[in-house]
Amino acid sequence: MHHDFLDRYSRSDSPMHRLSAGAKMSGALLLIGAIITVPLRFGWFFLLAFGGLITAARVSRVPARFLVRRLLFLEPFVAGVAVLSLLREGGWIVFAGIVVRSTLSLATILLLTNTTSFSTMLEVLRKLRISPTFITILALMYRYLFVLVDEMERMQRARMSRSFTKGDRRLWRLLSTTIGELFVRSSERAERIYAAMCARGWQ
Amino acid sequence: MHIPDGFLDTKTVIATSALSVAGVAVALRHFKAEDQPRKIPLLGLTAAFVFASQMLNFPVAGGTSGHLIGAVLTAILLGPSAAVIVITSVLVVQCFLFADGGVSALGANVFNMALVAPLVGYAIYAAMHKVYSGIRGTIVAASFASWCSAVIASVCCTGELALSGTVPWSTAFVAMTGVHALIGIGEGLITALVLAALHATRPELLRAEDESGRPGDAKTFVLYGLLVVIGLLLFVVPFASPLPDGLERVAKDLGFDYTAAKHPALPAPFGAYRFPGIAGGAASAVVSGIVGVVAVFALSVGLSFVLFPRGGKTVQQKP
Repeated sequence: MHHDFLDRYSRSDSPMHRLSAGAKMSGALLLIGAIITVPLRFGWFFLLAFGGLITAARVSRVPARFLVRRLLFLEPFVAGVAVLSLLREGGWIVFAGIVVRSTLSLATILLLTNTTSFSTMLEVLRKLRISPTFITILALMYRYLFVLVDEMERMQRARMSRSFTKGDRRLWRLLSTTIGELFVRSSERAERIYAAMCARGWQ
Repeated sequence: MHIPDGFLDTKTVIATSALSVAGVAVALRHFKAEDQPRKIPLLGLTAAFVFASQMLNFPVAGGTSGHLIGAVLTAILLGPSAAVIVITSVLVVQCFLFADGGVSALGANVFNMALVAPLVGYAIYAAMHKVYSGIRGTIVAASFASWCSAVIASVCCTGELALSGTVPWSTAFVAMTGVHALIGIGEGLITALVLAALHATRPELLRAEDESGRPGDAKTFVLYGLLVVIGLLLFVVPFASPLPDGLERVAKDLGFDYTAAKHPALPAPFGAYRFPGIAGGAASAVVSGIVGVVAVFALSVGLSFVLFPRGGKTVQQKP
C-alpha cells in the first residue's frame, strides 16, 4: 500500500499549505459550523461557501480530480442515511439541506486534510492543552497505521497464496485468525516501541 | 454508523459533544491513574490495529458488507477505559484523514461508538462472564455483548438523528436496527473467533482482563454509567418511551403531554401512526426484539460449543 493513501497531498507546497495549521483548522471549523447552522433560505451563503472552497482548492493546487473522486467515494454514505429523511412529508427540503450541507463540509475537511499534515494538526491540539497522553496515542496511531495496514496486507497475500478458492467456507475463521495475529503483532511491536522510547529518554 | 456533517442540529451537536468530552476525560483520568506509561504505545498501536482490521470487510446478507467496530474486542483485551480512548482515537483519525464521519458529528460518533458501544458491551460481557466462566463463557459473553453493542450504538445513532429532526424515528429505527442486528452478528462472530484464536496462540493476552477491582474503578464506572444513562435519556427515551404507544396515552390521561409538548416540531412519536405496516403495534415490536435477543444468545452458546466442544473450563486454568 502507498503509505500516503489518506492525505496524499498534505506535504506538497502552495500558498494554502504554507498558511499556519491553526488558522486553517479554525477556519475549517468555523466554516463547517456556519454550514450546518445557517438556515437554508440563505441560499447565497451556500453558494458563497462553495465558491470559496473552489477558490481555496485552486490555490492549494490539489488536483480537482482527486478531490472530486474522494467526494464521490464518500457521498454514498451521506445519501444512504439522507434517503431516510424522504420518508416524512416535506422531506425533500430536509434531504436537499442534508446533501448540500454534508457535501460542503466533506469538501472542507478534504481540503484541510490535504493541505495540512497530521503532525502539525496535533501540534495545534497540543497548544490547546489537549491531554498530552491522548496526543501521543494519536501520533503513534498515525505513525503505525501504515505499518500495520502493510502488515495486514502481507498476511492476506500469504494466506491467499496458500488457499485456492475465494468463496471459502472457512472465510470467517481465516479472517479472525488474521485479525488475532495482527493484534498479537501490534502488542509485541508496542512493547518494542516502548523499550525504544525509554532508551531514548522518553518519560 | 459514522454520522456525517449536516445531519445533526445544534442542540444535538452540543449535547453529544459535552457527553463525549466528559466520557473521554474520565477514561483518560482513569487510564493515567491506573496504568503506567508503558501502556501508551500499546494504546496507539491498538488504535492502528482497530483501524486496519476495520478495512477487512465481511459479507452481510444482500450483497452488502460490514466491518468490525472492535469496541467490545478492545474492551475485553485492554479494559473499558483503554477501549474508550482507543476507539476515540480511531474516530478522530477517520474524521480528519478519511473524512469518514463529520467534524460536527464527531461528538455523536464518539458517544455512540467509543462510549456506549464499549461500555455497555463490556458491562454485559463482565456480567455474563461472572456467571459463566471459562473460555466457553468468554465466547458466549463476548459474542453476545458485541452484538448488543452494535445494536445499542445504532439505536443511539437513530435517536440523535431523530432528535435533530433529520429522519422520522419509527422508520429509521426499523432500518438502522435491522441492518445493525445483522452487522452485529458478524461483529459477534468475529469477536468470538478472534478471542478463540488468541486463546489458542496467546492465552496470556486474555488473562490480563482478570485483574480488575483496582482502586478508583468504582468511581470511574459510576461516572461512565451516569454519562451513558444521560445520553440514553436524551437521545433514546423520548422516542422509545412511546414505543408502547400506551405510554403516550398514560401521559395524556394524567394530563401532562410531556413528550409531545417538549418536541412539538418532531413528528417522531406520531410517525408510528403513519406507518402502520412497519410500526405494527408496540407489542409485536417488543416480541420481535425479545425473540431476536434470545436467538442471538442461543447462537452465541452454539458458537461456543462449536469452537470448544469439550468444555473449556479447565483449559483456561492452565499456567
